Amino acid sequence: MTPLNPILPIPQPLPQLRMRGVCKAFGATRALNGVCLDVGAGEVHALIGENGAGKSTLMKVLSGAHTPDSGSIELEGQPFAPRNPLHARECGIAMIYQELTLAPHLTVEANIVLGKEPRRFGWLNPRKTRELARAALSELHHESIRPDVAVGALTIAEQQIVEIARALVGSPKILIMDEPTSSLSQVDAENLFAVIARLSQRRVSVVYISHFLEECQRVCQRYTVLRDGETVGTGDLKTVALTEIIQRMVGREVKDIYPRSKRRLGTTVLKLTNIRGLRKPKDVSLALREGEILGIAGLIGTGRTEMLRAVFGLDLLKAGDVVLWSKECSHATPSRRLRQGVGLLSENRKEEGLLLNRSLADNLTLTHFAPVSRWGLVNANRQREQARAWISKLEIKAQSPDQPVGQLSGGNQQKVAIARLLHHEARILLFDEPTRGIDVKSKAQIYKLMFELAAQGRAVVFVSSYLPELLGVCDTLGVMCRGVLSSVKPASEWTEHSIIAAAIGHTDTA
Amino acid sequence: MSEESATSGHRWSRLLNTFGPFLGLLLVIALFSLNAEVRPYFLSGSNFKIILTQTVIVAIGALGMTLIIVSGGIDLSVGSVVALTSVTGAILLMQQLSATQAAFFTILTGGAIGLLNGAVIAGLRMLPFIVTLGMMGIARGVAKWIAKNQTVNAPDNPINRLMELQDPDHLFPLPYGVWIAVGLALATSVLLKQTVFGRYVFAIGSNEATARLCGIRVRLVKVGIYGLAGLFVGASGLMQLSRLTQGDPTVAAGLELDIIAAVVIGGASLNGGTGSILGSMIGAFIMAVLRNGTNQMGWSTYTQEIIIGVVIIIAVGVDKLRQARSV
Repeated sequence: MTPLNPILPIPQPLPQLRMRGVCKAFGATRALNGVCLDVGAGEVHALIGENGAGKSTLMKVLSGAHTPDSGSIELEGQPFAPRNPLHARECGIAMIYQELTLAPHLTVEANIVLGKEPRRFGWLNPRKTRELARAALSELHHESIRPDVAVGALTIAEQQIVEIARALVGSPKILIMDEPTSSLSQVDAENLFAVIARLSQRRVSVVYISHFLEECQRVCQRYTVLRDGETVGTGDLKTVALTEIIQRMVGREVKDIYPRSKRRLGTTVLKLTNIRGLRKPKDVSLALREGEILGIAGLIGTGRTEMLRAVFGLDLLKAGDVVLWSKECSHATPSRRLRQGVGLLSENRKEEGLLLNRSLADNLTLTHFAPVSRWGLVNANRQREQARAWISKLEIKAQSPDQPVGQLSGGNQQKVAIARLLHHEARILLFDEPTRGIDVKSKAQIYKLMFELAAQGRAVVFVSSYLPELLGVCDTLGVMCRGVLSSVKPASEWTEHSIIAAAIGHTDTA
Repeated sequence: MSEESATSGHRWSRLLNTFGPFLGLLLVIALFSLNAEVRPYFLSGSNFKIILTQTVIVAIGALGMTLIIVSGGIDLSVGSVVALTSVTGAILLMQQLSATQAAFFTILTGGAIGLLNGAVIAGLRMLPFIVTLGMMGIARGVAKWIAKNQTVNAPDNPINRLMELQDPDHLFPLPYGVWIAVGLALATSVLLKQTVFGRYVFAIGSNEATARLCGIRVRLVKVGIYGLAGLFVGASGLMQLSRLTQGDPTVAAGLELDIIAAVVIGGASLNGGTGSILGSMIGAFIMAVLRNGTNQMGWSTYTQEIIIGVVIIIAVGVDKLRQARSV
């Protein structure tokens, strides 16, 4: 690898936006650690970084949703400190979120003027509303969208145009677009690029967040790369090699918290052939063997979670075969999968994984009451005993088995969710982001546990967005990109570099 | 340090959770005992016998409602179904069925309607509020239809003994209905707290997504919950029949609101996941004491209604404060 060039902010004649040394911490986590970002007037600027690098937090600071701990922001040369999102909007910062934020039952024009309705003595002014909506839509060259239809009847791409039109009504100075093409077809994306070019001509600055580097290179003039809450590179996109950007995105050392266990891969226990879900995933095939930890990398929203859910019976499986222990059983419900010895660890432990207001003991035994009950009657003492055993085995920090799970820390909650699968004696474990949002010590414990499980001959599918852990833990690894899983290869044949390249669909890596 | 205060807060809120409804009951009883003229009769054994007897119908209905509310649902059809089942019982008695048979089919009618509610809610994934609102109209209509829009006079039969005061001057012996309610409450409490089914009810109310993830057959359990609650409503209808000694298709209008109030006063949350049978029973008792006490004080019915409304809001408000502190 070539040594990285020193990072020099390129001097700009008149930066529309200037962010300097912005820091923001949430508890012990430093989400932003001195970020610098310059965007010129009418410039389209790519903000690049891996999941969790701090892009969203930075944009939330800019749009007034978070107050920075330190650092300065200047807008058109004036100090700028948004008090709240509304204030930021009034100052000319408009944000277009990844998920659309339109009211589907209201008409196009009502959505466009929402919160800024032209009025006279408190009465709506329909003629002025229509004019504003028309003007905004024609500026985007989308006069074909009728202002009087309900937004819910439009296509996703049209809805996005309406969303941008809404932003234009406030005559924004800076427009933030978060993954705007993630749900668009190729043609709609081209249209969007044309719209962005037009905005740029109007001297509107655009901060463009996207994982797709080729796309950034087409749309944007300059880029800034964030990694672990710091600015690690900025420059001209036209002259930089994509491999250099990827290198900047990765650029970290892998510490050895992965004490690999000795394990022998046995017979195939789970075989997926051309799995297809309702919207995602599109095409997934893999074979999982006893004692194997199979990692699945990829960006958020590419269908990894949906794949696990479809296999587990939580989401609809539209096509494809699932073979468990060489028995065909494609369609199943979660209760059947659990009886077959398949367990799923949800990526969202607060909203799905755990009953937060119920006790630790109840959460642990929820899928498998048999050992602690007779004739449908639960033996509370036996339940507590079981819970205590798991508490000490997984070193869960809790006062008693009766404590509500919601009072535990994130890492300990995750251990409870995993302990439930172990109590259930699941032989195939589907782990969806098991280490997300938990402290380093709990992470290391979870890795150790996974190694032990594999050594016992259990099979694990490990979905994660954190590459070092995937490379450190897994025997084999596949990468999901836009709903399609790449071929699964031994982990030793992958590098962080090649994984990122595959995840963003950039196939020819130098 | 912060962890310590969290535990003591936790313990404190749990204590309140268990004894909160008791405190409320004592407060309400103390309130009516303040008046020296009313006190001697209000606190007498014979009056408490009356209050307990008046509690029975709401209490038995509240057993099923507790299951439903803990699971995150609601049942608005209870009043109408009580009327329908009491009319059914009276008609069956007129058809020369024995009291036992009539009682059996009365309760079963309630169960069948509950099953229907549950099947529609779970099968079509409809909101319980809407489904049971519809059933409220349907059951009331059917009751009036089969009763031909008038009261049905059943011949004298053993069912009438269930709610009879027997010796009105003394607390004991209590009417059979009170003992039946106590027995059912004990059984339901065991069901909710000590069985796997009970854990599933709490799990579904606490977080349905988790319940699904954990392989609980959510829809099947829901049908079971509404079916079981229907059986309780049927039993409640039987007590209604016993109390009036006739089937009246217009009776028990708005009873479901008293029952829901009892469950909520007893500490259950309409968001599901919390609630207890003991709490609901005390809630039902509080409602009856309020009605009886305001009568003894000679207050008009509209005062009664206002007071009961205020008590419900206070009870739930206290609950909210408690939750805010425990989070």
